[in-house]
Amino acid sequence: MDWTYIQGILMLAGINLIAVLGLCLLTGFTGLFSFGHAGFMAIGAYIGALMTVPPATTAGNIGGFGLPFVVGIVAGGAAAGLVSWLLGRITLNLKGDYFCIATLGFGEAIRLILNNVKTFGGARGWPGVPQYSTVWAVLVVDIVAVLFLANLVRSRHGRNMIAVREEELAAQIAGIDVFKYKMIALIVSAVYAGVAGVLFGHYMTFIQPKMFSMTKSTELTIIVIFGGLGSISGSVLGALVLTALPELLRAFDIWRLVFYGAAVILIMISRPKGLMGGMELSPAGLRKVAAARRARLAFKTEALREDAAEGLRAEEAAPGGKA
Amino acid sequence: MSANVLEVKGLTKRFGGLAAVNDVSFDVREGGISGLIGPNGAGKTTIFNLITGVYKVTAGEVSFQGRRIENVEPYKIADLGVTRTFQNIRLFKNLSVFDNVLTACHLSAKYSIPEAILRLPRFRREEKVLAEKATFLLEIMGLQDRRDIQANNLPYGLQRRLEIVRALALDPKLLLLDEPAAGMNPDETEQLMRLISEIRERFKLSVLLIEHHMDLVMGICEHIVVLNFGQKLSEGSADAVSSDPKVMEAYLGSSGGNKC
Repeated sequence: MDWTYIQGILMLAGINLIAVLGLCLLTGFTGLFSFGHAGFMAIGAYIGALMTVPPATTAGNIGGFGLPFVVGIVAGGAAAGLVSWLLGRITLNLKGDYFCIATLGFGEAIRLILNNVKTFGGARGWPGVPQYSTVWAVLVVDIVAVLFLANLVRSRHGRNMIAVREEELAAQIAGIDVFKYKMIALIVSAVYAGVAGVLFGHYMTFIQPKMFSMTKSTELTIIVIFGGLGSISGSVLGALVLTALPELLRAFDIWRLVFYGAAVILIMISRPKGLMGGMELSPAGLRKVAAARRARLAFKTEALREDAAEGLRAEEAAPGGKA
Repeated sequence: MSANVLEVKGLTKRFGGLAAVNDVSFDVREGGISGLIGPNGAGKTTIFNLITGVYKVTAGEVSFQGRRIENVEPYKIADLGVTRTFQNIRLFKNLSVFDNVLTACHLSAKYSIPEAILRLPRFRREEKVLAEKATFLLEIMGLQDRRDIQANNLPYGLQRRLEIVRALALDPKLLLLDEPAAGMNPDETEQLMRLISEIRERFKLSVLLIEHHMDLVMGICEHIVVLNFGQKLSEGSADAVSSDPKVMEAYLGSSGGNKC
């Protein structure tokens, strides 16, 4: 394996990670499942390409505005965010499963629209997207994405989202505007997916609606669940493992995806709460786990002591008798 | 300010053809402890759901501190100062005791999402205040040594207590308790009675509670409203209500000759 190959896998993992982090907020922290986030990636990829592709010189070329990469990233993320806001206004009042179905329909609709819009090349795709995504660009975006998300989650706003996931009715009674926090989670997740789409397009240098099918959406959601709901470090680990796994399994040739599926199932059986199971690999996260363990232990010892004391009392009341 | 913190007038809720609550009126006095009693299916919890905005009102008025709150969003009603506990406990189960309370303290902080993401000074300052408030509440309610335990690992009685602490984190002016003593033994019930009186004194709030434990209701409620089949049957002090023949009929059957 040469460095370019490894680098390619790492970049794909890094790009996937951005979209996965967004979904981590929506699914892992707010409790809303989505099967349509490839749709937001598509919006990001196409709007991003529209910004950076140089203007058409010959007939038949699809031209853009030829702007810098940063503009593409911002515009792609913003466009996805805007669309998610519209989608949220219509669908976020739906209960759990129905929202999930609505996102599924949304993702497919985006793909089908792009398939049929000739301006962007339709089903044949859009070649000639400049290769702007470098390892460094992906790494910087990844770090910023993780920091933003970690800070958001560990604030009153993040706690409100977790409360919505845990017990919606109780959250409302606790003064939390459930709709607003679902909306924020959806928009943030869509912006993340949009940015991931921009980076993806500028890495592949060619975009096609087929790349953003339901399979892609499902893959993202699987990574979030695989990493462990409600854990950012889980999502990071999940994105790395599950993007690299199909490559490691290349030796199995046509049986590759079968082994991929089997591996995912095996890991989920052995760790039903995902790789990290809601824990965080950070100083604060580890302290929390330790504190919870200590508290549980102390609680158990206390219960045992109480039982013992009760046994003693019973013995005193009936000496010699079997308590 | 009126002497009544909550005024309910002609409150009606219909589910299809069924009137779960029919033309019920009552007041909750400022600083008082009032009880809402009645046989199963009398519409007690429905009234709680109407007051807290969980259900839409079919007809009638609910005023809190002189302000109409019927059909207002639940979170806004909570923000105004009305909060409640649930008959079937609804904690944030997978969170620690501390995080349950900390989450509910959120209205005491005003920092925005950008301030949180960039960790600006206001975030740090307010977050510290929130943590102190949560710790304070857990301390005075005797849950401090359980703060790191996951909420659903708490014993039942403490889960009920935690739900009350979470409600108090919102600084309510009116606290609605839905069967707070359900599943408690007489000893625990007595503790709870003391706790409710203490809370009322310390937090200067009014309490409206639904309960089946008559000892508790008769022991601490200054004012009792009796419901049956969605309608108000009787209202008054504990003595007045318990000697009302209509109430006895609803609870014990028509002739009153059967020993229950």
